[in-house]
Amino acid sequence: MNRGVATALKVTAGFVAGEDWWRGIAAIFAFLIFWEAGSRSESWLGFALPWISHIPPPTAVLQEMIKLVQDASFWQSAFLSTLRVFEGFFAAMLIGIPLGLAMAVSRTFYGITFPVFEVLRPIPPLAWVPASIIFWPTQELSIAFVTFLGAFFTIVINVVGGAQAIDVRYFQAARSMGSSTSDIFRRIILPATLPSIAVGATVGVGITWAVVVAAEMISGGGSGAGGGLGFFIWNSYVGGSYTQIVAGMISIGIAGYISSAALRKVGTWMTPWLTEG
Amino acid sequence: MQQKTPAISLDANDAFSLGSEIRVQNVSKSYGAEHFGKQVIRNCSFALERGKLTVMIGPSGCGKSTLIRLLAGFERPSSGTITVDGKPMTGPGVDRLVVFQETALFPWMSTYDNIMYGPRARGQDTSETRDLAEMLLEKVGLSAFRKKYPSQLSGGMQRRVELARAMINQPNVMILDEPFRGLDAMTKRLMQEYYANLYSEFRRTTFFVTTDIDEAIYLADRILIMTNIPTEVRASIDVHLPRPRHVENITESDEANAIKTQALGLLHEEAMKSFVRGSKAAADFIEAYSKRVSQG
Repeated sequence: MNRGVATALKVTAGFVAGEDWWRGIAAIFAFLIFWEAGSRSESWLGFALPWISHIPPPTAVLQEMIKLVQDASFWQSAFLSTLRVFEGFFAAMLIGIPLGLAMAVSRTFYGITFPVFEVLRPIPPLAWVPASIIFWPTQELSIAFVTFLGAFFTIVINVVGGAQAIDVRYFQAARSMGSSTSDIFRRIILPATLPSIAVGATVGVGITWAVVVAAEMISGGGSGAGGGLGFFIWNSYVGGSYTQIVAGMISIGIAGYISSAALRKVGTWMTPWLTEG
Repeated sequence: MQQKTPAISLDANDAFSLGSEIRVQNVSKSYGAEHFGKQVIRNCSFALERGKLTVMIGPSGCGKSTLIRLLAGFERPSSGTITVDGKPMTGPGVDRLVVFQETALFPWMSTYDNIMYGPRARGQDTSETRDLAEMLLEKVGLSAFRKKYPSQLSGGMQRRVELARAMINQPNVMILDEPFRGLDAMTKRLMQEYYANLYSEFRRTTFFVTTDIDEAIYLADRILIMTNIPTEVRASIDVHLPRPRHVENITESDEANAIKTQALGLLHEEAMKSFVRGSKAAADFIEAYSKRVSQG
């Protein structure tokens, strides 16, 4: 049905081993060497390159990260952020998928909800931070809510689009073979929308990471030890530890990559008809 | 005589397995406002006889697809009546099954699951229907491909799955909308043979739409020749060639050649008429049939 989705999934599935993989590794190493040389340009080349010389070199960041992975409070931060991402993301899936399907299936429901949805959608999740701090009783809930919004709109838009794009002949064929409405929903609409759900989820979780970190920075990150990775970075900035800032950024990048890759795997596994062949 | 259960009977001689009779009487269909709309079908009357294969032939874009939607019950005629076994038709039903022009197989289901879709939809996932599915898989030569998804099959294989998926429901009427359109010549010929075999095995009232006169003669008990829009029945030709038919025999058969000449003559006349009226469709019509006429 959706050739674009199919090839996207196929490409990621084939990426794990092979030429592209080695090319990717080589590119990362080249980037690291460039970065190291730039950061140490003052001692290596005798003059400081603009901008890049202010950034701590990757070797220093690596040392910092080795220190961090032995530090329980860092893991506490990473755990808290992951938890918030999961809460927000699953809430978004749980509410977004049925809502999207309902919007696609019922013209009346679509007519009622779509205008509201379209007005709320362009509001950046971060613009919700102050309102959600006021609205929700705890810091934790307000962060989770903002995270939820990050994934929610993407998921709904994808589900609605996917379900509306289903070929009418599938419905006619199903009807003429004696399918009931619930049967059509379960065996036609749901599987036909799965690829779009998978895409929405993969894109959505990436946004969730972007949003959770910013929300943690703004809201001060909660109480007690470690307020999440966002707070960790902010704290490092306030404390002037530049290597920690970069180390925190990289750990978010890795966490986001792992979540997206995991969801892509799940998506591929749930839509075998797009990749088998 | 004891009444047999018609549901899962495969005996072609069983009167119950021959399907329904459909009568189309003075049916017209227009789209748009009542007096300003476009009339697609005008005063069409014909019958689909029980257990017979009726082939409708006419130029593409002549309203055949509209006629199919009417017969399937997806749409209602503007005037006239369609009856199934004497009773007026009320809407889509499991008794009438459409095989669409392009494949409408469900991409997320394997070959086997696609074939079993109908029985499962009606809560008939029984050993009987499973046996029937096996048998059909074998008949269309796809037993080895039961677990493959449609995207893993060739175009011809997909059409065969589609035929099997329709056949398993044992509809009283099968409606096939140019089922072999777009296949290459070799595959098309193979498909026609597969289909002719399936038809002889599971004889049902069948309405088969095509633009290919050779296909029509090879398959039909009766050929309906349609006019260009607004569509009416121009002529009805009975084909008495004995079954099983072979393409080689048909090429040599005087009866077949006579039918072909007659049919092409009529189609060409229709084309010329539309051409004089200056419709755009007429140009396509001429293009499609001038070649065939010169051959015939």
